[in-house]
Amino acid sequence: MNKKLELVVDRIKCDGRGLCAEILPEMIRLDSWGYPIVTPGPIPEHLTGLAQRAVDDCPVLAIALRRAATQHQRQKGT
Amino acid sequence: MSGPRLLDGPDPLMGPERFAAHARRLGPLPKGGHALIDLLVHTGLTGRGGAGFPVGIKWKAVAAASRGGAVVIVNGAEGEPHSKKDRVLMTSRPHLILDGALLAAAAVHAKQVVIYIGEGHHAALRSMTEAISERSEQERRLMRIVTAPARYVAGDSSATVHLVDAGIATPTTTPPPPRERGVGGAATLVQNVETLAHVALVARTGTATGTVLITVAGAVRAPGVFEVSLGTPLGEAVQLAGGPSEAARAVLLGGYFGRWVEVADAWSLPIDPHGLRERGLSLGCGVIGVLPARQCPVCEVAGIMRYLASESSAQCGPCFFGLRALADACTRIAERGTDAGDLQRLLRWSGEVQGRGACKHPDGAVMFLQSAMKTFGDDFAHHPAHLRRSA
Repeated sequence: MNKKLELVVDRIKCDGRGLCAEILPEMIRLDSWGYPIVTPGPIPEHLTGLAQRAVDDCPVLAIALRRAATQHQRQKGT
Repeated sequence: MSGPRLLDGPDPLMGPERFAAHARRLGPLPKGGHALIDLLVHTGLTGRGGAGFPVGIKWKAVAAASRGGAVVIVNGAEGEPHSKKDRVLMTSRPHLILDGALLAAAAVHAKQVVIYIGEGHHAALRSMTEAISERSEQERRLMRIVTAPARYVAGDSSATVHLVDAGIATPTTTPPPPRERGVGGAATLVQNVETLAHVALVARTGTATGTVLITVAGAVRAPGVFEVSLGTPLGEAVQLAGGPSEAARAVLLGGYFGRWVEVADAWSLPIDPHGLRERGLSLGCGVIGVLPARQCPVCEVAGIMRYLASESSAQCGPCFFGLRALADACTRIAERGTDAGDLQRLLRWSGEVQGRGACKHPDGAVMFLQSAMKTFGDDFAHHPAHLRRSA
């Protein structure tokens, strides 16, 4: 069982508040309209704490952690 | 290959084939069940709504998740602006579609069949309503019609589920896809009307139909819907529509989520999902649009981008703002002439928008634009200002 985690954004819930990119700029940057672009793939060990904070601090609960997906699921989900 | 075709029988323009005539011509509906799913996997039938997903695999997934309460959605939204083939089928061969839907319901253990039709498709609504009334009481009890708003995204499979559930035809976040969790949480099979009509024939003959419905539009003498054998060269299909009505510049293959091909390369292309995929193309929903040489491709592309931007369901920021920005940049180039900054922005924004919606609307629009910029690279690079005439 894969224990690695990755970030996934619910595009419909996301309002482009941008807190996640301030908390975790190592993995999240904002596009030209202020919506997050997340680096795909598992979160490196040393960033998991900040990733959890980005999830907890999202005012519209649009970002979540989940077990790192297979390549196929990743294409569909992020 | 000379098995029965979808449009065999009376002239499609004569209106719907009645149930008695349909049953006389094709015989009774065979039993489906799991053997039919295997047959669909074996014959390799793919969905005809645009995405081309293998039908047998989808049915298998829904049957596995069904637990006896699955739902079948018969997708006749046909929101693609130039596509007419689903309407031609609904108004001429409604019982082929219902046969396919009932076979699907039996195979995936569904308790409901929802027939989902675009609200502006009046003749199709009439034809399908009448066709249901000709069926047995047991079959009628399974089926109902739901009308869909005339929006581009209303035919997205998650949007069909959303409308049936909540009355709102906008896509929802996936995964899970409708085939796992759809109407009321039940496994839901969303299948295009043409696909189901093919199933009705495959179940009877045991072999692939080997045909596809196409809509030939644009600069041709007799635009319309035609049923062609898979593998037919595109030029032959255009001849069925009377051939080009004037010098042609390019062909848009697959509707507004499709790809542009210069005419020099277009006529020999085979109309076949596999053959096209090898060339990085797709038949999509079967629209073949011919662009005349006198029409400016940049202005045409800008108009389609404005349409696709306005058809965003405005749920996801990158799609709502991104497509609007892309359409505006295209329009600036079309109206005021080429600007190096706008060309740069088109490339950068295309990359930023792709893959970042709940549904595939932004991806479809961006791939359309990227194909246009590749095929009409010189036109985009040297577009003159099209000054508006003053009154």
